[in-house]
Amino acid sequence: MTNTKIVSPKKDMIFMAILSAVVLTMPLWLQPFGAAYPDLMQKFMIFGIFAIGYNILFGLTGYLSFGHAAFLGVGSYTAVWSFKLLSMNVIPALLFGTVLSGLFALAIGFVSLRRSGIYFSILTLAFAQMSYNLAYSVLTPITNGETGLQLEQADPRVLDRMSGIEANSSLPTPNLFGIEGVGYSGFYICAALMLISFFIYLRIFRSPFGLKLRAIKSNQNRMSYTGYSTRPYLMTAFVISGMYAGLAGSLLAVTDPLAGAERMQWTASGEVVLITILGGVGTLIGPLLGAGIIKYFENIFSAFNDTVLLNAFSFLPDWLAHGVASVVGLFVGEGWHLTLGLVFMLIVIFLPGGIMEGISRLARLVTNRSKSDPKSDTHENKEKEQTSAGEV
Amino acid sequence: MDAIFLQILNGLDKGGAYALIALGLTLVFGTLGVVNFAHGAIFMMGAFCAVTVEKLLTLSVKVKDESVTFFDAYKETPYLELWFGDTGTAIIDWSVPLSILLAIPVMLLIGIVMERSLIRYFYKRPHAEQILVTFGLAIVLQELVKAAFGANPIPQGAPDIVAGSAAVGAIFGLGEAVVYPWWRLIYLAFSLLTIGLVFSFLHFTTYGMVVRAGMADRETVELLGINIERRFTIVFGIAAVVAGLAGVMYTPVLPPDYHLGMDFLVLSFVVVVVGGMGSLPGAVAAGFLLGILQSFSSMTEVKDIFPGIDQIIIYLVAVVILLTRPRGLLGRRGVMES
Repeated sequence: MTNTKIVSPKKDMIFMAILSAVVLTMPLWLQPFGAAYPDLMQKFMIFGIFAIGYNILFGLTGYLSFGHAAFLGVGSYTAVWSFKLLSMNVIPALLFGTVLSGLFALAIGFVSLRRSGIYFSILTLAFAQMSYNLAYSVLTPITNGETGLQLEQADPRVLDRMSGIEANSSLPTPNLFGIEGVGYSGFYICAALMLISFFIYLRIFRSPFGLKLRAIKSNQNRMSYTGYSTRPYLMTAFVISGMYAGLAGSLLAVTDPLAGAERMQWTASGEVVLITILGGVGTLIGPLLGAGIIKYFENIFSAFNDTVLLNAFSFLPDWLAHGVASVVGLFVGEGWHLTLGLVFMLIVIFLPGGIMEGISRLARLVTNRSKSDPKSDTHENKEKEQTSAGEV
Repeated sequence: MDAIFLQILNGLDKGGAYALIALGLTLVFGTLGVVNFAHGAIFMMGAFCAVTVEKLLTLSVKVKDESVTFFDAYKETPYLELWFGDTGTAIIDWSVPLSILLAIPVMLLIGIVMERSLIRYFYKRPHAEQILVTFGLAIVLQELVKAAFGANPIPQGAPDIVAGSAAVGAIFGLGEAVVYPWWRLIYLAFSLLTIGLVFSFLHFTTYGMVVRAGMADRETVELLGINIERRFTIVFGIAAVVAGLAGVMYTPVLPPDYHLGMDFLVLSFVVVVVGGMGSLPGAVAAGFLLGILQSFSSMTEVKDIFPGIDQIIIYLVAVVILLTRPRGLLGRRGVMES
């Protein structure tokens, strides 16, 4: 996909405005899909942040990290600790969560980025598994092991107590100067942060720095021959994407102040890879789309159970309904992961560019059909379509 | 001294499993150049071959219990016991070793089908895509097994005759108290035997020699008029058989569940990287080495000095090796370095 065409900043601003409008009106237009409740929309936003951060690394530089869940976990733990020790305000939690994951990414990146290709994948995987195992065993005083880290009535919350906010009988909830971190207000906090992150990501995408990252992806050797040391760029990309993951992790803690080690397991890293691939690696809004689609279908599909299925197929004769329901039952509810795995395989096999590539292929098909004169300048046309698909 | 001896044994049989899985991974990588994330799932499917055989053998029917005379009592009796009496009971007892007979053709078939229907389209694609598609395949396989067998571990028994412990201490003159489960010793012997068979197949048969030639220079072998692709397909099947047998034999040690494969996959990839991508002896050596290191680090004496070291030792070693000897212990030049 050619992304070389220079897009005017004005167009980007219009694009941002449209995206903001779409995101902020989600509670309205998601109503007909049955997805307009806050918990799910928060997930859309949080995993959107996680995925766009991941895309900065994997999409731009082509370095396939299998350990990003570690940063998510670090972000969550830090945020919960900030709630416990400092204040229930989300600002310190997000700040510490992001910064600490950034530092963690710096340390891991320093080692992992010495190698590339599959070695890089395995090194990051090794570090993530190491963090996961440690969180379960030795670091139990910090992570509270299997139970997970939780808020307690007796937590110090130094800043809150200083400013005279005492917890009453119930557990305090995370808030932004009184705006609750749960429900619709929680969604708007997440949405605002997602939009800010997306804007930064857009700027990175368009910047010379982003171009250099893409150059590393297309040919790292040539990049070094031209006199660039690629390591600092990779390092920066790795740390930035680690910080995005940390931010997503702390937001998970904001919307539900609980942190468990399973967030760091490598299946969680696999999930973000999946989201990014499904949406479209290296595209702008692909990761957001992927996050939305996967979280939406996860929610819908896992809700199905046998009774719901039997009702759905009740128009069939009884014996057939049971058969069909049990076959379909393999793919929904508990078996949702099976569907996910199949879809993932199909995407990698037939559509490595993800949904974004699918859309651009469709668009090309439609425009080529509607062309009355086939001899007209098809080459230029094609290029235009490709870039327009790449931009969005 | 006794403790050290036991830990070495422990490490060796754990290492046996790692070595067998890593051997298959390396074989596939060396021949086909494919990074197979579904290899752990193959190991897991091997383990479930044993479960299937056990389920088939113990297909039961309700029979009136003659020993209870006061009322009609029924008990589940396997058909095999009804038909063959004590011989039937013995067959059920030996279900795990018997599963090997089923596992060999089944795993060979699974391997060949997998290669022909999916993997072969990915030879020319980037490694990242190979990883991703096989990762997806691993998820699918594991979910299918979960749907068929449920999510709980299914314990499998070793045959009664080897269910106990061997007095290895007496054999090696270390005192009577040193005992070790028979089955684990068998596992160690079995893994050594399998490794030996794979190596002799590659080194002492013409077929294996051609395969090795193909690994070294595929194009020249093809120019000599040999259908190397078909041989590589067979090699993929053999790798699947090796992993599958490792899984079958491991069931009495660890009750298999559907995510067994994923757990072992991460570890065996680390093993392959430590041994050196593409090096068969490296994979075997690293498997045993890491197994021994892991069991030593789980000794309480070591854990007192470095708390938590048993959880991370393998990953730590991998990191150190990759940074100091980037090609692994016995890795060849130029493998996966582009």
